[in-house]
Amino acid sequence: MINIKINSVPLEVEEGTTILEAAKKGDTPIPTLCHHPALDSFGACRLCVVEIHYGKRVKIVTSCNYEVWDGLEVFTDTDRVRKSRAMTLELLLARCPDVRMIKDLAREYGVKQGRFSEESDNCILCGLCVRICKERMGVGAADFVGRGVDMKIDTPYSRGSDACLACGACVTVCPTGAIDLEKRFSRNEPVPLKSVFNAGMSTKPVIATPFPQAVPNIPVIDSANCVYLRTGGCRTCETFCEAKAIDYDQKDETVEVDVGTIIAATGFDLYNPEEKPEYGYGKYPEVITGLEFERLVSASGPTGGKILINGKEPRKVVFIQCVGSREEGGKREYCSRVCCMYTAKHAHLVKERLKDAEISIFYTDLRAFGKGYEEFVNRVKDEGTTYRRRELNEPIEVTKKKGKLTVTAKGHPALEADMVILATAVVPREDSLELARKLNISLSPDGFFLEAHPKLKPVETLTGGIFLAGCAQGPKDIPDTVSQASGAASRAISILSKDTIMMEAITAAVNEAKCRGCGLCVEICPFNAIELKEINRLGYTVKVASVNEALCKGCGSCSAACLSQAVQQKGFTDTQILEAIRGIV
Amino acid sequence: MSSFEPRIVAFLCNWCSYAGADLAGTSRIKYPPNVRTIRVMCSGRINPMFIVNALQEGADGVLISGCHPGDCHYSKGNYYARRRYQVMKNILEYIGIHPDRVRMSWVSAGEGQKFADVINEVIEGIKALGPAEEIRRR
Ligand code: FES
Ligand code: FES
Repeated sequence: MINIKINSVPLEVEEGTTILEAAKKGDTPIPTLCHHPALDSFGACRLCVVEIHYGKRVKIVTSCNYEVWDGLEVFTDTDRVRKSRAMTLELLLARCPDVRMIKDLAREYGVKQGRFSEESDNCILCGLCVRICKERMGVGAADFVGRGVDMKIDTPYSRGSDACLACGACVTVCPTGAIDLEKRFSRNEPVPLKSVFNAGMSTKPVIATPFPQAVPNIPVIDSANCVYLRTGGCRTCETFCEAKAIDYDQKDETVEVDVGTIIAATGFDLYNPEEKPEYGYGKYPEVITGLEFERLVSASGPTGGKILINGKEPRKVVFIQCVGSREEGGKREYCSRVCCMYTAKHAHLVKERLKDAEISIFYTDLRAFGKGYEEFVNRVKDEGTTYRRRELNEPIEVTKKKGKLTVTAKGHPALEADMVILATAVVPREDSLELARKLNISLSPDGFFLEAHPKLKPVETLTGGIFLAGCAQGPKDIPDTVSQASGAASRAISILSKDTIMMEAITAAVNEAKCRGCGLCVEICPFNAIELKEINRLGYTVKVASVNEALCKGCGSCSAACLSQAVQQKGFTDTQILEAIRGIV
Repeated sequence: MSSFEPRIVAFLCNWCSYAGADLAGTSRIKYPPNVRTIRVMCSGRINPMFIVNALQEGADGVLISGCHPGDCHYSKGNYYARRRYQVMKNILEYIGIHPDRVRMSWVSAGEGQKFADVINEVIEGIKALGPAEEIRRR
């Protein structure tokens, strides 16, 4: 450890530390431009200068690349330092008169416009972009070219680089926003990473927590886009993580767990309104879905909770309900059950944020069936929202002329709109059939998981030990989902809390005297529950079938195959079934 | 001929078709009363002997119904049933029974309406064939 003083305050730091790092540790601010914690020091901008004293000697040095030594005394804000920084800033200001950050710093150091002739360039030649590309990404797509006053940062022959990964690291580190990746640096098109949680309305970094309050609340690396995992470069996040928690070697794994019961609570998908072009979704950016609106009004959403469409607050807002739901004779004949209430909530939120917004809701039947729901809808109506009824089979259309949206529906005046919000249908998860097969449960015709009985067993499935909760079973709102989930959980617990479970006594049994030991049943059993064993029959050793009752699930396939009626399913023996036939015809 | 009301025996697997028939009931879907059902745990349990026996005992047609392919509760039972059904058809013809008297269908637990539709179709088909006097025992 080394003892130094910064502005007369003693400080203990490790050997090899730079003055800048030491100052950061002691909470003393030093302005920098060309320094980045993930990169080697460069010492180019000279904004970070400080004064050092040793013995009687005083010297100005750049703090970002000057290593401390025992007994060093540093002053970060002396007249000399300020003068030096002011000079640097005056020159920079002449070069980049339009850069906000330089203007702010200049003001802080009392620099006014002045003595040097002005150019207009936003690049301050700090070299951060060049260095991050070379040092970190291992690419070196751009570099300093030219000398003296002609020096600039460019790609070979100003043609844009083929080697560029379009990763955007240079754009991120540039302090002045001078880089135009798409037009000047790269010949490869940058692909913005859309935030799925924000319904694609904002971008996200390659390493990020999937959404606020995720469980576990830990960032994950998007392995398809991480530069390190793609090319072996970068590893910048590692230098920032003080806990040293970043592990690039982690792989996706399949974890196998032994369980006694399963609750299928896989939720739902949303109907894609692009399938109905009359609503204009995907064509006009002003037409959004309820979920997108939900992100828009969320304080953690892409606009921080401001309702903005094309950067402006809408004045006329139109909601359309039942988009994709209640299609008579179609695939989705059901009502999605949540749209009436969330549309009312959205109308309320619009009114709350935008006092003089004009709001219309096109609905077909208002299904405000829950506790307090009708009251809420009435409140929304009292706030000034207009409910307009339309028949489901009557066409409704969103069109755009001269930048203005119009919603036309039969029996209503054509409505102008700045924003149209569609209440899209709740649809089964895309892979619900696959999951149903895996779990051996059934789907109802609408594609949601089927309960064992619509009234008496609403959380069970026909397969023992597998239960349902939430929209995986059918559209439902939050209170209903919570109730069903509680029911499913307690059903599951009641199985798990017992030491033994009862099974139906319908396993197969072998009449050894009849069995010829042909082994047909052994082959046919889907559960490998039958084996041939040797017995002593009248002094001869013969093979007969034997059923392992713990494995037998009681399908009866063996009984149907047996040529000598030796293996019989209990409760469904040949005799019993033949008697049943005789009885009913 | 129009007064002929066929008797149909339906072998339904417990997990899909029987539950589908149950759903048709709870959903108040109507279908003619000509069909009598026998529940087996899986369509794989159905021995071809049962079918011949049903026709001998007085049924005019037989329906075998199980889970959709891939959906069998015991994973393979309906495949066994399908293979037996194919072979069965040839044998029926050989012993002088019109093969169309025996039908097979896939009805899942969620398909109450389909169950009713299948029953209607079967009844129509058997009505066209007339009573199964060929091998009747009594
Ligand atoms: S930050 Fe030290 S010289 Fe630029
Ligand atoms: S359980 Fe339905 S066919 Fe096997």
